[in-house]
Amino acid sequence: MSKYIASAAIRASHRIVAETDEMLNRAITEKGKDFSFEFPDTAYFLPMVYAMTGFAVKNLGDMKVALGFAKELLHEEPAESLYKPYLGEALDSGMATLFAEEIIMSLRYIYGLEPYKDPDTGLVYNGFITDTIQRNLGIQLVDGTMPGFAAVIGAAPDEDTAVNIIRELQEKNILIFLSGQSNGDSVTRQLQRKGIELGWDTRIVPLGPDTEHTIYALDWSIRAALIFGNVKPGDYKKQLKYTKDRVFAFAMVLGELDDIKWSTGAGAINMGYPAICDTMQPVIHPTGVCTYEEVDRELDHSKMVQKAIEVRGLKITVEKPPIPVVYGPAFEGERIRKEDTFVEFGGQRSPAFEWVRMKEFDEVEDGRITIVGTDIAERFKNGGVMPLGIVVDVAGRKMQKDFESVIERKLHHNINEAQGVWHMGQRDIVWMRISKAAYNEGFNLEHIGIIHNTMTHNRFKSIVDKVKVTLYVDEKDVLAMQQEARNTYRERDLRLGSMTDESVDTFYSCLLCQSFAPSHVCVITPERLGLCGAYNWLDGKAAYEIDPTGGNQPVAKVGLIDARYGRYSGVDEYLKKASGGAVETLNLYTIMENPMTSCGCFECILAIIPEANGVMIVNRGHTGMTPIGMKFSTLAGTVGGGAQTPGFMGIGRNFITSKKFLFGDGGIKRVVWMTKNLKEGLKEAFEQRAADEGVADLLDKIADEAICEDSEKLVEYLTQVGHPALEMEPMI
Amino acid sequence: MDKHIIKSANEAAEKIIEWGESHKIETCFERAERLKPCPIGASGACCKVCHMGPCRFVGRNAEEEARGVCGATLPTVAARNMVRMIAAGTAAHSDHARDMAFTLLAVANGEAKDFKITDVRKLYRVAGILDIEFEGRAVNDVARDVALRFLEDFGRQKGEIYYLRRAPKKTQERWKKWGIAPRGIDREIAEAMHRTSVGVDHEPDHLLTHGLRTALADGWGGCMIATDITDILFGTPRPVKAEASFGIFKEDEVNLVVHGHEPSLAEIIVDVTSEPEMIAYAQSKGANGINLGGMCCTANEVLMRHGIPTAGGFTNQELGIMTGLVDAITVDVQCIMPAITELSKKFHTKVITTSEKAKIPGAMHIEYGEHRAREIAREIVKIAIDNFPNRKTEGSHITDKFPVIAGFSHEYIEYMQGGRWRASFRPLNDAIMAGRIRGVVGLAGCDNPRVPSTGIHRFLATELIKNDVLIVSTGCGSAACGTAGYLTPEMALENAGPGLREVCEAIGIPPILHLGACVDNSRILTIASAMAEEGGLSDEIGGMPAVGIAPEWMSEKAIAIGCYFAASGVPVIFGGESPIGASSEVTRIMTEVWWERFKGPMHFEPDPEKMLALALDYIDRARAALKLKKYEPGKFGAERVLLDMAARREIEKASAKPHIGIY
Repeated sequence: MSKYIASAAIRASHRIVAETDEMLNRAITEKGKDFSFEFPDTAYFLPMVYAMTGFAVKNLGDMKVALGFAKELLHEEPAESLYKPYLGEALDSGMATLFAEEIIMSLRYIYGLEPYKDPDTGLVYNGFITDTIQRNLGIQLVDGTMPGFAAVIGAAPDEDTAVNIIRELQEKNILIFLSGQSNGDSVTRQLQRKGIELGWDTRIVPLGPDTEHTIYALDWSIRAALIFGNVKPGDYKKQLKYTKDRVFAFAMVLGELDDIKWSTGAGAINMGYPAICDTMQPVIHPTGVCTYEEVDRELDHSKMVQKAIEVRGLKITVEKPPIPVVYGPAFEGERIRKEDTFVEFGGQRSPAFEWVRMKEFDEVEDGRITIVGTDIAERFKNGGVMPLGIVVDVAGRKMQKDFESVIERKLHHNINEAQGVWHMGQRDIVWMRISKAAYNEGFNLEHIGIIHNTMTHNRFKSIVDKVKVTLYVDEKDVLAMQQEARNTYRERDLRLGSMTDESVDTFYSCLLCQSFAPSHVCVITPERLGLCGAYNWLDGKAAYEIDPTGGNQPVAKVGLIDARYGRYSGVDEYLKKASGGAVETLNLYTIMENPMTSCGCFECILAIIPEANGVMIVNRGHTGMTPIGMKFSTLAGTVGGGAQTPGFMGIGRNFITSKKFLFGDGGIKRVVWMTKNLKEGLKEAFEQRAADEGVADLLDKIADEAICEDSEKLVEYLTQVGHPALEMEPMI
Repeated sequence: MDKHIIKSANEAAEKIIEWGESHKIETCFERAERLKPCPIGASGACCKVCHMGPCRFVGRNAEEEARGVCGATLPTVAARNMVRMIAAGTAAHSDHARDMAFTLLAVANGEAKDFKITDVRKLYRVAGILDIEFEGRAVNDVARDVALRFLEDFGRQKGEIYYLRRAPKKTQERWKKWGIAPRGIDREIAEAMHRTSVGVDHEPDHLLTHGLRTALADGWGGCMIATDITDILFGTPRPVKAEASFGIFKEDEVNLVVHGHEPSLAEIIVDVTSEPEMIAYAQSKGANGINLGGMCCTANEVLMRHGIPTAGGFTNQELGIMTGLVDAITVDVQCIMPAITELSKKFHTKVITTSEKAKIPGAMHIEYGEHRAREIAREIVKIAIDNFPNRKTEGSHITDKFPVIAGFSHEYIEYMQGGRWRASFRPLNDAIMAGRIRGVVGLAGCDNPRVPSTGIHRFLATELIKNDVLIVSTGCGSAACGTAGYLTPEMALENAGPGLREVCEAIGIPPILHLGACVDNSRILTIASAMAEEGGLSDEIGGMPAVGIAPEWMSEKAIAIGCYFAASGVPVIFGGESPIGASSEVTRIMTEVWWERFKGPMHFEPDPEKMLALALDYIDRARAALKLKKYEPGKFGAERVLLDMAARREIEKASAKPHIGIY
């Protein structure tokens, strides 16, 4: 019964808070209470304490205060009989345990014990999850490719069961965190013994060996409310409502539970995350704190994942081609080393390309997969290197020539999501590998065709009616078709290059992030791609054709109010409705007044530096200081969550070289500081744009982190090199 | 005398009654048996508002044909009688509330040194509701403003009493539509008396409509003010473990009983009885200590906040004295039987009246005043101690008692569903929606010697929880359940239906939640409002799968409470024969018309089985109207709505709020 759980949770909280107190006192004695601490790359201090109380822990003394909050949450254990109520008390205790765990992990970091390194296997666990990783995941959290999150705690009864559970979670696209032990074993170790690749690429993230390490997953999820939900720190009611309604996380507890597992679980229940156990444990079924059951059990491991996602209220539709290996986005990041490779294509080892063509309706025989070449089976069986040309012919009543590139870009994902098959690049620079393991499972060339056929139908069902795949494996055929394909690539690039905001009468919105950032709306124009970098205008257009009621909607480009700032009454009207009244008006081409809002998964942040009369650009992943005095992670906190913040804006990388970049503010010449990463990555396109603007050497005049990290030195540098921004009209 | 007639369903009470009978000691039970109610007055057919009468409205076709000397009809007279009861009940609670407000003011002004503001958070919450600035201000300044603002409610001539704003918007709209939003508490009572005096208001519906306005002044005025101030001064209740029934009295300690309805003096007595000097004094008189017990609603007040044991409700007051163990009993106001003074003479018990408003011939009078509360309390405790040596062996010496878990304030009920961080009514609403809990019944009101006392409470309590109905109880309803041993978490495990049991088990609560004194019925109003606010059920109080029942009512206060529930939208069922039963027109207005207008009819139904059936029927009909899952015992569970990404984007679209940037 639930009293059992409550008693355990309450008991553990007393113990862990006392232990933390002791550890903390020792640390304060050794290092002093002013000893400062921050988790790696986060703007949110001790995220749980910060989100719940608004209190920013910056040093050991602050931790003492935070532990005081935990102490206030302790309660007496319920009596054997004639007990007083215990649910609220148990949930409080759970939160106390989370606060304590956060402090324990901080102390472990201070003493160099985190991330934990397994002395036996050498595995370095992930430890604290950084803001950068969280933002990198951005688009996947909202487009359905990462619909849920599982904290798998403990150990399965055997290695095969562990693998089966993890595989099933992966196939359902769920991000997996591993922590804790049971009977001296853990899922992490079980997977390692089976040679399963762990890490962000495979969506299996081992956090640490103890139950306490689960706090890292909870810290990660509570930041979703801060980053994407724009919920103020300390507004715990909204934070927890956000996690309950929008963060589809749950715990799968494998093996017997001890007090600390129950207590950590009670902490997670505060956030609306239920727990499913595989042992005869008591359950808590009444709903309301969680959307459905708080604690449930499923003794049959083959049904456990299904049960867990149901209890969390998650709907996952997995579209999977009929191939002999498992399939899903979780396998996209998997690498195939040379020695594991059975056969490879392209990558400058052999000619290869992939090409999607639109054909007339009756030119395409749907479902047809043709492999053209000599001694195909024999050559494939020998492995090694083969040429490969993939031509996907599509036809459909709503198909348009412009969608070819949209469909073609998905070919990469189509192939990569198959386990044991690896894909890189696109067009005529592709590189593919099929692993020995996949070959042994029966994967052959035809399956490449099957994957493209199935997935093109699945992803583009309302614009594609027929798909035919032809694979060429003889070098002469590949070269000949490649030439034809190249002509098309060139035509497409020219068309794309000529596409401007002026040349269309419709923009597209992107509302995908509203599942996390309810008031954010991206307006995507031909010359401004989505801030996540993942959606351009054509994608928006195609997505709208595919699903007219989906996350991308047409925005009528009518009622021009201001050509310089890019303001349209049609856009404003749409925006007001789509943001639920949160945003009233938008200027597409300026950062200074009613700029575009951000969800939180922007690739770069653009920020004004008034003293330099220009802007700086910092990319996600840059952890150093910027001339504005804030790191990316801190800056990001002021930009995200659907807020309009004049002078600050989240953008996609490729927007920087658009003609519409800061069009109303003076354009690319306003850039005074940019990370090396961006300077190098965008070099070619940037220099082209700069030359068009008449300042061919602009890139050299832009400072980066090697030149300065503060505004005083920045201005000095700009003056010295004669940066054009200094001569432009004042930004403010 | 027939010994086989059960007078009380409480076995311990029954034993004392039998003991009394064998010792020729008369109690309310025998008087009730001997003194049949006047059938004319009992059904509302007697008018005595002028000296041309009293007029009797009896005979065939009395409804249409009977006339008083002035020409008044039966419906007019029945309605007037009803309204006068409401006015009296409202006056009682509200006068209590007025004293609380004056006490708060005295505390704020530093004139009542023995008291302090105990629950500052509640003070701030109340200040917030009253639009009083509290951040950065001295606690006493805020308290003073709160007290003064509450006092405005009593004397306000125009406008509305403050707390109406706590009701759901739709409920408020109904009040406005039908003109029953009370202006000032005293004004509505005075107007009720005026309208019902000879030759003024004669239209039954018009009279009863004002009756509801007066009742609302009680519920959302007097009662709610009393509850909140008491919480501010003495603490908002949280669960406590205590005991109930006659066995709470101790043979070897000084037994002092606090009886009546007001908490202030009792609070100080609680304090004083634990003073070492007092305990030493008691020991000097041969006692092992001082044992404080409660009776009636003063008992509920100190039980809720301090776990002081209760000897029970209204009909237990004489029986308590008959244990022979009570050294002194202090009484303040309301529901005090004057019989106890005469009865006490047969024992050594001292009866002490303490209110300036209430004296009883034969009782000692020690007048309470908040300015010298502790001094008075010490005096009283000393009297009890001094009387200990006079204790005779005479008495029934009954030792039965039951454990109780009490202390369920609105605030704690919210807390218990989610703790500090997730407190809300979501789980309760969810449980009702999913059919785990069929509905909620407020089991309140008095206990009554005209039926096997507390028997209908017991019957309904056990049947309702068996039917998965969660009970919130107050006043003597709580006392009846407590002295039956029902207020324990084990009661849920052993006797509740499977769904209710699951909820009780998850939270760790009894299936019957003791909310406090009868004045604390206001907590039910704010809870119902919070449930409406939380969403998923009705968006007003009306239409909730909830019913109020006062199965053994006898006080006019119960009528006022019943009417404010009805006017707020809760169907109400009262036990016993109808006090307006003589008039079919008045009965129709109070059932059909009130249902139509407020979703709150008021029924009188003497048959316990029928009361139960009627309550369940209202609950099931409300469930059906709300399109909730049909209640089936043992079959419950939320229907899962599994969300894909598109569905997630639609969550709370409507509630997105404008953002204010940091620059």
